[in-house]
Amino acid sequence: MELICPAGTPSAFREAVDAGADAVYCGFRDETNARNFPGLNFTREELGTSIAYGKARGVQTYVALNTFMRAGSEALWYGAADDAVRLGADALIVADLALMAYIAQHHPQQRLHVSVQASASNADAINFLVQTFGAKRLVLPRVLTVADIAALAPKVACELEVFAFGGLCVMAEGRCSLSSYATGLSPNMQGVCSPASHVRYREDGAEMVSELGGYTINRFAAEEPAGYPTLCKGRFHIADDDGYAFEDPVSLDVMDHVDALRDAGVTALKIEGRQRGKAYVAEVVSRLRQALAATPEQRPALLDHLRLLSEGQRTTAGAYEKKWR
Amino acid sequence: MDATKLKITLGPVPYLWDGAAWRDFYFRIADCAWIDAVTLGEVVCSKRIHFIQPFIDSVTARLAEAGKEVTLASMAMVTLEREALLTRRLVQASAWPVEANDLSALGLLAGKPHLVGPFVNVYNGATARILAARGATRICLGPELPLSSVAEIIRDAPAMDFEVFAFGRLPLAVSARCAHARAKGHSKDNCQFVCQDDPDGLAVDTLDGQSFLTLNGVQTMSHTCQVLLAELPVLRRAGVTHIRLSPQHCDMADVAEVFADVRDGRIDTAEGETRLRSIYPGVPFSNGFHHGTVGADWVPPAPVAQQVPA
Repeated sequence: MELICPAGTPSAFREAVDAGADAVYCGFRDETNARNFPGLNFTREELGTSIAYGKARGVQTYVALNTFMRAGSEALWYGAADDAVRLGADALIVADLALMAYIAQHHPQQRLHVSVQASASNADAINFLVQTFGAKRLVLPRVLTVADIAALAPKVACELEVFAFGGLCVMAEGRCSLSSYATGLSPNMQGVCSPASHVRYREDGAEMVSELGGYTINRFAAEEPAGYPTLCKGRFHIADDDGYAFEDPVSLDVMDHVDALRDAGVTALKIEGRQRGKAYVAEVVSRLRQALAATPEQRPALLDHLRLLSEGQRTTAGAYEKKWR
Repeated sequence: MDATKLKITLGPVPYLWDGAAWRDFYFRIADCAWIDAVTLGEVVCSKRIHFIQPFIDSVTARLAEAGKEVTLASMAMVTLEREALLTRRLVQASAWPVEANDLSALGLLAGKPHLVGPFVNVYNGATARILAARGATRICLGPELPLSSVAEIIRDAPAMDFEVFAFGRLPLAVSARCAHARAKGHSKDNCQFVCQDDPDGLAVDTLDGQSFLTLNGVQTMSHTCQVLLAELPVLRRAGVTHIRLSPQHCDMADVAEVFADVRDGRIDTAEGETRLRSIYPGVPFSNGFHHGTVGADWVPPAPVAQQVPA
């Protein structure tokens, strides 16, 4: 299976290539991609240089254009697609149907991957995208079990890529407006979720309170580390109980299931984390590269250390295991 | 009917209600003169379908008899083979037009006249035109879209009808995991249909006691109720043809009457708002998405003197 690695900066890109990525994915420095964070992403020139660096070492570059085109401003997305093609991207990762159509029409030779943000979670949906827009690969939303994926793979006419490690969306991707409900800014439209611009920490007695857009997302006791207020990983009050209503502050790790995913017919494993630093990228990519080559018995020792780098230092296999539901 | 008048549609009941209560709700809707069209069916969770299945034929027949345009909605998220089969069967065998709420239904409906629901991502006119070319006649736009996008999409795809979410708690997210069952100590696979205990959803407050969200099975909704009442003239001028009222656990026929009264100028917006607050008490209103800001916000209507005549 291919290892698809994140890069938010040109230096992280080089680290990912050097650490053993089969492909690196990245985006332009604007709202055309779903990691539109300050100080992150690539200028046209940086992307060209990075693609060349990868090509010289046999590593592919995928360009994420995976937000939805704002009505009236479609030219921004079309232009980004044209530029990514011109700069030699190996694949474009796209969620918006009209952007898929544009690429199929204007760049018919360009390899098209369907983003997780398109939320195609079954064979009929996937085959619709393959037949209509010529998609060659689909990134599956994190709503299916490994068994579901195994049942799905023989029924679809394209490659499948799955998220294996990093941030975990609790909600079906591309169908979540929680962030914009609290802050006015959303993954689908602005390419951000629970944006730092709307985060505030305040002390309340001995407790630390984390807020997003004025809503309390968590309260931490003095000895508890105060985590980032990602909306769906907050602590809330329901009926008579306080707790993590949707998910604990954990991240995704399905490396225990890599053999099953390979047997299921999955082509590529994706690492989330374009917002992470280059040291993190280098460490995760090289460890996962080793883990893929290792026997199942050797794997836990290789992966234990990685879990310490994860959000909340705890991980879950999420929807890939049925009991998570 | 006056071609310039906004039609009033009723969206699917988002919650799990007892089957007989669900039927009686629609029988009352059939008698409500203000509702032009009704879209119904289980959209949120396939495990709930057997609750309403025995009543769908009698409900659709009664609504059609009363002159309502009837549409059956497909599920918002299709992951299991059983759900895929249900979607295929709906597309192939439905006696009524189908509203696609996921890409599988959208694909299967190609070439047949159909509608597109708020769970399919349509953020621009180019996407609307692609859907129109495949047979879509009306799109209910997602509630996250600001007026500026709504207006631009309609300018770009003028041949279609467009519907906007004008009343109801906002559908904000859907998950493979059931937070509602989890809140009551169950997993999704052994949920014991606990969401039926909350016919208007289960409140999620912040740890500081702020009202925030609402659990509805695998769906997360807003705590606030979106209300676009003062906005009706501007929606109409933008080319919106239908407004959707999403059923809450209150008298939706009365809600429809308020919207019709404001639309037709029998009462002003302030009176309409006051009446809505008594029909659906205790739930704050929001309209922030429409105004391009925080979705939970309530942007009060401009003072009358500044309002542009319809």
